[in-house]
Amino acid sequence: MTVVAADAPIVLDVQAMRVAVRTDHGDGPVLVDDVSLQLRRGEVIGLIGESGAGKSTIGLASMGYTRRNCFIVGGKVLLGGAGDLRAMTPDQRRALRGLKISYIAQSAAASFNPAMTLMDQVCEAPVRHGVMDTATARAAAVQLFRELDLPHPETIGGRYPHQVSGGQLQRVMAAMAMIGRPEVIVFDEPTTALDVTTQVECLASFRRLVREHGSAALYITHDLAVVAQIADRIMVLRRGKMVEFGDARQILQEPREDYTRRLVSERIAGHTFVAKPEGTAPLLAVKGVTAHYAGRPNVIDDVSLEIQAGDTVAVVGESGSGKSTLARVVTGLLPRAAGDVRFNGASLAPRLKDRSLDQLRRIQMIYQMPDVALNPQQTLLDVIGRPVAFYFKRSRAEVRVRVLELLRQMDLPEHFIDRKTSELSGGQKQRVSIARALAAEPDLIICDEVTSALDQLVGEEILRLLKRLQDELGIGYMFITHDLGTVKRIANKVVVMLRGKMVAGGDTASVFAPPYHPYTELLLSSVPEMRPDWLDEALARRAARIVA
Amino acid sequence: MGRLILNRSILGILTLIAASALIFIGTEILPGDLASAILQNQATPENLAKLRLDLGLDKPALLRYAEWLFGAVRGDFGRSLANGRDVMELIAPRFGNTMFLAAYAAIVAVPLAVGLGLAAAIRQGGVFDRTVNLLTLMTISVPEYFLAYLLIKYVAVELGWFPSLANVSSDTSFLDRLYYAFLPMLTLVLVIVAHMMRMTRASVLAVMASPYIEMAILKGLTKARIVMRHALPNALAPIISVVALNLAYLIVGVVVVESVFVYPGLGQLMVDEVSKHDVPVVQACGLIFAATFILLNMVADILSILSNPRLRQPR
Repeated sequence: MTVVAADAPIVLDVQAMRVAVRTDHGDGPVLVDDVSLQLRRGEVIGLIGESGAGKSTIGLASMGYTRRNCFIVGGKVLLGGAGDLRAMTPDQRRALRGLKISYIAQSAAASFNPAMTLMDQVCEAPVRHGVMDTATARAAAVQLFRELDLPHPETIGGRYPHQVSGGQLQRVMAAMAMIGRPEVIVFDEPTTALDVTTQVECLASFRRLVREHGSAALYITHDLAVVAQIADRIMVLRRGKMVEFGDARQILQEPREDYTRRLVSERIAGHTFVAKPEGTAPLLAVKGVTAHYAGRPNVIDDVSLEIQAGDTVAVVGESGSGKSTLARVVTGLLPRAAGDVRFNGASLAPRLKDRSLDQLRRIQMIYQMPDVALNPQQTLLDVIGRPVAFYFKRSRAEVRVRVLELLRQMDLPEHFIDRKTSELSGGQKQRVSIARALAAEPDLIICDEVTSALDQLVGEEILRLLKRLQDELGIGYMFITHDLGTVKRIANKVVVMLRGKMVAGGDTASVFAPPYHPYTELLLSSVPEMRPDWLDEALARRAARIVA
Repeated sequence: MGRLILNRSILGILTLIAASALIFIGTEILPGDLASAILQNQATPENLAKLRLDLGLDKPALLRYAEWLFGAVRGDFGRSLANGRDVMELIAPRFGNTMFLAAYAAIVAVPLAVGLGLAAAIRQGGVFDRTVNLLTLMTISVPEYFLAYLLIKYVAVELGWFPSLANVSSDTSFLDRLYYAFLPMLTLVLVIVAHMMRMTRASVLAVMASPYIEMAILKGLTKARIVMRHALPNALAPIISVVALNLAYLIVGVVVVESVFVYPGLGQLMVDEVSKHDVPVVQACGLIFAATFILLNMVADILSILSNPRLRQPR
């Protein structure tokens, strides 16, 4: 960490800020309650918390901006020498945004206008604010592209957002935020949507840029290990209130508050739920499977794996590695082009519609986004009862009894049965998804990134639930994930995929112990650790490998 | 992208051929015999047989269709049964008049609708937005002939600002044409503006909810810049297709308005000739309407493709 002088000027001073929802129907909940912070020149403050903690709201409100129906209802936001943003006219606020304070959003793909070139968007703020002419702005942009290690810095600006990769787009957004030489940058989960190996590169670029330009930053994230690499101080938030605020090392190593301790300890240790398989005959055997979408090259190529009853087999890889395609082939949504998929000894038909009802029942799936996977208009009885009625032909009364039983098993209150799925929280929805899969009484459940859309502590509970069900029912899990931390804790076997091919496979302990496959090693070394020095070490290791 | 546009063009031509077949079949199955309809009380068996031979009605339908289509491609639609004049000669000035009225209405209506839609989107939920929404809703809810008569009663008769009849002729000067055709134009504008304006508003509002609009706000851009540079270009595709649909209506759907204002356009001609059983003229009008409709939609599709950077600039 850089040492920020205690007498460095304060560039952002948030005093007792309150943000609340106000609609025509009256006052809504308070999203941010009495939060204060002083950001000094060159300092990075990390804002950390789970969803609903108010982190993004604080970041946006620091720019004098609130989303629809939200209002800053109390406190002051003093930006540098410009005064209180709340007391300004909209035009005065507008003149500061993009110049004195700028923003980097989570999803670069969604935050760029698809119909404008990158260069036009990067140069837009300084040119429109009249502080640079177009030529100067373009030169400054190319310089930033170079500093951010973007390929072809001279010409990449002529491209449209869909023509560059996610990690590159995220760095172009950093250039867009930096070009006006702002005093404060708000980073809002800028690496959350990236693969681990890309995340390391982006984090390193961001940190170097912030240090070299002497900007101050608010760095918002839910990942303590990420914030550990970049922040001087960390503020822990929960439900809009400050829980703890202190020096980064103190928060990570000697948290004072109970909630912070829980966050830190879950991240460091995590509980292990490693499966202990009982069976010997394979439940699912995938042999040399190759598949592709119509008229395109193979998405998965010669993949093999075996799952026994009670096994948890993790399929690991970055986006585009073909892990979800493998799930689609096993379920028959995508017919395989070559190879064999055997289930309980019998070969499964490539197509879903050629499989028997019993075969369909025995393989179920749980998805990443419970919001999208559940019909928001249906009640829990509809959602969970449907497979019960469909596979077992039960009467309405019997279905209801069975759904209640499943709700109890999921630790969901019985009176939820007549609620619509849209009324539940993210974690509750994922429990409903699990109940729906379980209602078919399957032998194998394919879990596709089931915890990645959930908060850390909620995700932890889902993992615990899945493990308990496995112990009780002996289900096999095929667990698709990009999160290696989770893999180590739950899977007894692992398959590592890279661009559609299996690069490593076997018992988790042996795959994750030396000698590694180089890609496995890259993945492992890219998972951020809680130590503030981790990023420097990881970069040094990478550099050493390139030299070697 | 080139292939996409080629596909769209081929599809357009196929649709046009299908439409021509429908028009031909439609006139073919009309009740009554064409020859006896022409001859009426002079329909002796010999006369009928001779006329059928003259008209080529003894040939098989498929052959007659092919001959008609082939002629139509070269601009030869045959001769009018009513007065023996060349159909093309009969139609050409009328088609010119219809195109004039359509262009007149389009030049007023399209910028007006898009402008109002943008303004309403910027002031979403405000007094302006609600007023515009209400007014345009009223104009689409009222049938066009009623709207036309209202305009005649108030603007033409009581105020006397514009003439109620728009019977222009070939020697009317351009400025006079604008003057005479003002009320039919206004009627058409009132009918089509609402649809286009509402689509512009809805489409821009949908884009205004995107994260890149929030990013534009956080870059400190002005509202005008955000709407014109960030929202509108990404909202174009649905706006283009609604504009095309309404432009097609200006040519194809003007029958009622032309009749009310006695405007000598193609729609009025078609209505007259249908009552006279003048089959070649009706077929020609039908084919021109179909071609206009298909062509405009094809152009709209191609423009939508061009407005999408993902298709214009592949990876």
